[in-house]
Amino acid sequence: MTTQLTLSDLDVSDGTAMVVDVVSDGSQIGDGFRDRLIAMGLRKGKTVKVLRKAPAGDPYQVRVGSTTEIAIRKTEAKLVLISKS
Amino acid sequence: MIVASSASSVQTKNKIPRIVFIGQPNTGKSTFFNTVTKSNAGVANWPGLTVDFMQANLDNNGKTYEFVDLPGIYDLEGFTEDELVVQKFLENYNFDLIVCVINASQIDRQILMPLQVQRLGLPCVLMLNMADEVKRFGVKINTKELSETLNMPVFTISAKYGSGCVLAIQGIWDKLQTIDDSYKCSDIANFFRSNKVTDNDMDEVCKIGVEMPSEDVTTFSNRLDSILLNRVVGLPIFFISMLAVFLAIWFVGMPLQDPVGNFTDWLQGAAIEPSLSFLPKGFSDFIINGPYAGFAALLGFVPLVAFFFVVMTALEDSGYLSRAAYLMDALMRAAGLDGRGFVLQLFGFGCNVPAIMGTRTIRSKTQRLLSILIIPFALCSARLQVFVFFLGIILPGIVGGFALWLLYIISFVVAFVLAMIFNLSGQFKSKDPFVIELPPYRTPTFKQVALNVWSEMTTFVRNLAIFMIIGTCITWYLTNYPGGAEGMNTYAGRIGTFFQPLMAPLGINPLLTVSLIIGFVAKEVQLAAVATMYGLGEGSDALKTTLGGVITFRQGFSYCLFSLLYVPCLTTVATIWGETKSARFTIFSVTVSMVVAWVVAFGFYQSWGLIFS
Repeated sequence: MTTQLTLSDLDVSDGTAMVVDVVSDGSQIGDGFRDRLIAMGLRKGKTVKVLRKAPAGDPYQVRVGSTTEIAIRKTEAKLVLISKS
Repeated sequence: MIVASSASSVQTKNKIPRIVFIGQPNTGKSTFFNTVTKSNAGVANWPGLTVDFMQANLDNNGKTYEFVDLPGIYDLEGFTEDELVVQKFLENYNFDLIVCVINASQIDRQILMPLQVQRLGLPCVLMLNMADEVKRFGVKINTKELSETLNMPVFTISAKYGSGCVLAIQGIWDKLQTIDDSYKCSDIANFFRSNKVTDNDMDEVCKIGVEMPSEDVTTFSNRLDSILLNRVVGLPIFFISMLAVFLAIWFVGMPLQDPVGNFTDWLQGAAIEPSLSFLPKGFSDFIINGPYAGFAALLGFVPLVAFFFVVMTALEDSGYLSRAAYLMDALMRAAGLDGRGFVLQLFGFGCNVPAIMGTRTIRSKTQRLLSILIIPFALCSARLQVFVFFLGIILPGIVGGFALWLLYIISFVVAFVLAMIFNLSGQFKSKDPFVIELPPYRTPTFKQVALNVWSEMTTFVRNLAIFMIIGTCITWYLTNYPGGAEGMNTYAGRIGTFFQPLMAPLGINPLLTVSLIIGFVAKEVQLAAVATMYGLGEGSDALKTTLGGVITFRQGFSYCLFSLLYVPCLTTVATIWGETKSARFTIFSVTVSMVVAWVVAFGFYQSWGLIFS
């Protein structure tokens, strides 16, 4: 049994991974976070790729799908469940 | 497709049909709005809504139509401040047509909002903006198929370069001819809880008419990022470019104030004084040194603030500002802010006013308030004049330069530490996730920059004029009354004396206290006030000698510290009020800065006394 990978585990060298799910803690704020992430394109079936990490190792620059690029903090990246291809 | 009629209801037809623009942030929605309304829009205040937005009336075929540009949002069903504003608008005001603008190069995720509008059963025209980027990315969209699937007219445009806009605008007029009703929504958030637009719905639509490019392409922006966001040289490049911006504001923006000052002086001498000569001396004196002085001071700010916005807008449009936020995020997180907060604080060193206005780009309200709270501590160019003068007296030569540098450091440290404290208190805890878009690098166009600066500046003058005029009227009264009084006998002087028990422990004498009170209006007049109180010419050698004789380093530096940290100027206070629309927050902000100024100056003055006496 392996632990569920999240976007925060992904490295630049890992290349492209697939979003499996975006989770929320069930609170209204948590749902709001999730909806924002989804609106940014982080939804099931989309590919993600860490392009680089900021000088302090956080936040990440991530490509979502093919034409969206975002900066996301590690804490928020933990909400994005992924599977490596 | 199910259309739930419960979410939107048909209303009596609006006399003036209302067309509402919606879309995600950074889609060029407002640029297109400006194209449609031919830049005739003004800011409008809607009862019950906390945010102002642009509105314009247009005539077509002898009929008037109203166009409204709602704030950019990610999601119609969310509950961030802007999303609630949009929902509230659609729930409280009847409208006739929705114009939805999306960045078509990201249609795979931006299709969400058109689908939501369709589900609400509202009439809509869809604009696929950024046609140029669509081409560059190699995204393929079959607009005919898309239009049929969504059951709404679809147009491809480039709002930035104008292509396709004529057809699209005609499309809006054509669609309006076919609509016989007005609409209004009810409880949008609740509706979507049971009628959510799912991932599947989005994929379905995209499967039919959209082809996205490969995920592995390396774009021009990627190549540029590998230098500008590089782990080693990224930060140095950022600091050098910020220094360049700061120097530009210093060498280009500041001198721009002089011609305006000369003009208002000239106007005063050539037109206003002669035309008021029929009035009693006291009354014309009031008009010139009260309301007119306030208006002139505000006008003097305009070139600097406008120049600042030119730079800011160009940086924002280029996409570099988002990258700066990415680079500086780690440091600012400790203070409960993000990278954007750092950029704004830096701009505050030029002038606090536009930096506070710039906090609009921060979406979380609490985080925005925290930024607004600490920006006034940034050592702005106006305060610099005070320090250059005083440090020249108490610390002549190169040591003064170091002291000035120290004041800059203190300015940033105080702001940073305060943000940390307020963040820990929990009151300003950010409820926004830090996820920001890093758009591709874009060339800012003259038209876009000019439009934005123009709209910012008209807002600036309109919002602040009344504050400046009231402020200078009060100062005029305090320094001229009771009748015949001068210097310490005026109300201002009496206030200075009254505050002595509070200011003496800081080593600040009554005369300088008065200058601080007057400096509240603007730091530019603080030095003039010192001169007036000592009865000597502003900046004259006599004044310098006199001050040098009566003020010790300990007193002078304490005065500088207080000047650095207390309320910067009336314009800043007015801006805080204008941006937050909260008297309570404005008073809180003023109180915080007064307390901090007092504590720091007290700490310095007393400990210096303990160490060196």
